[in-house]
Amino acid sequence: MPLTTRRRLLAATALVAFSSQAVARSVTGRLPWSPNEAYPPDVVRPGGWLFLRPEEAATLDAIVSRLIPADDLSPSGKDLGCTVFIDRQLAGPWGTYEWLYMQPPFAEKPLPTQGIQSPLVPQQQYRKGLAALTAHCRDAFGGKTFEQLSAEEQDTLLQGMEKGEVHLPGLTAPQLTTTMFFAQVLDNTIEGFFADPIYGGNKDMAGWKMIGFPGTRYDFRDVIANPGKPYTKPPVSIMGRPEWNGKPA
Amino acid sequence: MSRLPKKDVVIVGLGWTGSIMAHELAMAGLDVVAIERGPWRDTAADYNIGTAPDELRYAVRQDIFLRPAQDTQTARNSPDQMALPIRKYGSYLPGNGVGGAGVHWNGHTWRFFPSDFRLRSHYVERYGAGIIPEDCTVQDWPVSYDELEPHYDFFEKVNGTSGKAGNLKGAIQPGGNPFEGWRSDEYPTRPLSPNLAQTMFQKAATDLGMHPFPLPSGNISEAYTNPYGVRLAPCTYCGFCEWFGCANYSKASPLTCVMPALVRQPNFEARTLCEVTRVNTTPDGKMATGVTYVDADGREWEQPADLVLLCAYALFNVRLLMVSKIGAQYDPASNTGTLGRNYAYQTNAGSVGYFSKDTNFNSFAGAGSLGMMADDYNGDNFDHTGLSFIGGANINCTTTNARPIRTHPTQPGAPKWGSAWKRSMVDTVNHYQSVGTQGSSMAYRDCYLDLDPTYTDRLGRPLMRMTFDFKENDLKMSRHVVDKTAEIVRAMGAEKVTTSYKKGPWSVVPYQTTHNTGGAVMSSTPRDGVVNRYTQHWDVPNLFVAGACLFPQNAGYNPTGTVGALTYWALEAIKNHYLKNPGEALVQA
Repeated sequence: MPLTTRRRLLAATALVAFSSQAVARSVTGRLPWSPNEAYPPDVVRPGGWLFLRPEEAATLDAIVSRLIPADDLSPSGKDLGCTVFIDRQLAGPWGTYEWLYMQPPFAEKPLPTQGIQSPLVPQQQYRKGLAALTAHCRDAFGGKTFEQLSAEEQDTLLQGMEKGEVHLPGLTAPQLTTTMFFAQVLDNTIEGFFADPIYGGNKDMAGWKMIGFPGTRYDFRDVIANPGKPYTKPPVSIMGRPEWNGKPA
Repeated sequence: MSRLPKKDVVIVGLGWTGSIMAHELAMAGLDVVAIERGPWRDTAADYNIGTAPDELRYAVRQDIFLRPAQDTQTARNSPDQMALPIRKYGSYLPGNGVGGAGVHWNGHTWRFFPSDFRLRSHYVERYGAGIIPEDCTVQDWPVSYDELEPHYDFFEKVNGTSGKAGNLKGAIQPGGNPFEGWRSDEYPTRPLSPNLAQTMFQKAATDLGMHPFPLPSGNISEAYTNPYGVRLAPCTYCGFCEWFGCANYSKASPLTCVMPALVRQPNFEARTLCEVTRVNTTPDGKMATGVTYVDADGREWEQPADLVLLCAYALFNVRLLMVSKIGAQYDPASNTGTLGRNYAYQTNAGSVGYFSKDTNFNSFAGAGSLGMMADDYNGDNFDHTGLSFIGGANINCTTTNARPIRTHPTQPGAPKWGSAWKRSMVDTVNHYQSVGTQGSSMAYRDCYLDLDPTYTDRLGRPLMRMTFDFKENDLKMSRHVVDKTAEIVRAMGAEKVTTSYKKGPWSVVPYQTTHNTGGAVMSSTPRDGVVNRYTQHWDVPNLFVAGACLFPQNAGYNPTGTVGALTYWALEAIKNHYLKNPGEALVQA
């Protein structure tokens, strides 16, 4: 574990600043090798919030559970851990766009072909977007929060955000529009549905089971040898399967 | 700045071209140092089987790629627009660290057609000068297929490439690609095993009069020992290939094919997390004296050397020449200068078929190069008379993966979320298959690279500016071949077919391909390019450039096979001619 932390720290800081202790390395004579050297991701444990405020998490729970409703195909987005997933992602390097090019100036009228041109990083997008959604619901639904709306009202509102028919107060181009905010939440919810459970979503590999994705088995020579044959083995994650160690996958 | 002891050779970048150059020149007895701006990478530690199959980390968050915070480009579609930085890499993903983009590639290992190397002459001779579009700056390569053939062959042997020859010394072979240039030898290993989709494609394409054959693959079908004594293991069709490192030692890469032999050479040293900031030259600019680099602590070092080899990714070789002020910057308005000229890309599009629920493609079992191809509409393999375009595209039916974050298909028109979305995914996911095209990208007067006037990298150097768009010639070509993919998908028995044509303007957002070519073009005269036919800089004879930046325009194929062949071609000239008269130009300007 200390190895992981150190290496990741070095890799991250070496890219953006020179104040780190990352050292240039000289390799000659033999392949560098240390026993058991590997860089696994940190395991996300549910419980508490690292970035989200409790009221933001409650709203997000409601959103992800409309994007992925509980039905005969899967549990709800909330029960799959999508909110936990998003919270942990926001708390990590992605939440601040640490790896992206974020130097100014930021253009006022970028072309659609030029991609991300907003100075707002995901942490700011979520904070601002969720606050705007709360303000909109308070005004449009007599003081209610998003999670207090009926499922039908929630769906109608989300569809309006998706299509750009609803404009949440204070969200403007090019920094953050309502459709950009919706698209970001939907993208991250789908990530939480289908990413390895080690990141906090896709609980019990329910997303993978739904679509028949076998996960990280890494050897499908048996499948290639039997073209077209339905595949029936259960999925495996980076953490294995529940049956292997008695712990939840 | 500290000045280090002089080396015989300094290499910038330790990917495919850098590792091959280093290994061959170290074997020739030279003292070689390679300087790599990314970290050291090793299969067992960095692409460990316990951590490698992680879609979020690698394919979505782009953990092993070059991070834009370190270096990126600005982009625009035409010279009258304001270029803005690519803040998140999307359309293409440059590699980072030892192994470079050779770690995360799919392994498609092609040879360009003999006619590709004399593109302008070929089309003009067969169809007349009128077929070349206005402002299209395509030109012949200064090297022929016949000259490159032995080097293609050796690069394939280093890779252990899996495939089936279609033309052995002029004799057409059943099961291979009848359109390919002549080969001196069969592929080193047999093709990968086709899956259901490829078997269906093979039959459909054959029924339509085409000539399908297995994709030449850098994912190795069987155990293999290469000429450097390094061993590769059989591919397991894990479905985590492109954008991932291979944990199985099955994907040909600098790490699996070259590095274990290279690092054992005592006269080789790699320095990692060290970014070369410029190539230094003598005051008259006529010779390179070495490079300057900055290490991870921000310390600046000068590494003198007799021979300087630019082996970074195509875009970064061009940029390094620009910031080092070596050569004349290309200007499209006056049509002067050569550096940054003839930047080209790739023109890709295709069709998707939706099949019955008893058709189980099992696409999670895939490999980067698991595919069946047809080249009937690639290059000039079909009559272009009356078509009013030049170029062509390969047709591919590949199965690389079914990783669900990025690939969760639904029926056309289905909602993007909610219960109906989930139901549509379940109904579609194992019963759909695409047939794509990978098309040529010609060079045009206003598609080019130069330095951005506004944006800089973390070291204060200007970012490189890319001005590029898809042009009518290439869009017409693509449309013509994409229509063939729809016919094939229908013939495969799809219940529904959707076709997507390539459209402009080019966007930096969706992934298209990491096949950026040109900018430091090889040419037969200094007027038309940056380096001569041996990849030696026209103005600075002890400076050689490697990679796809040498291509005068791009063909309907992935570039790596040709990049590898050019590297061995250049090495032959360096070892057999240049080193006997160091500092001399191999071609008189």
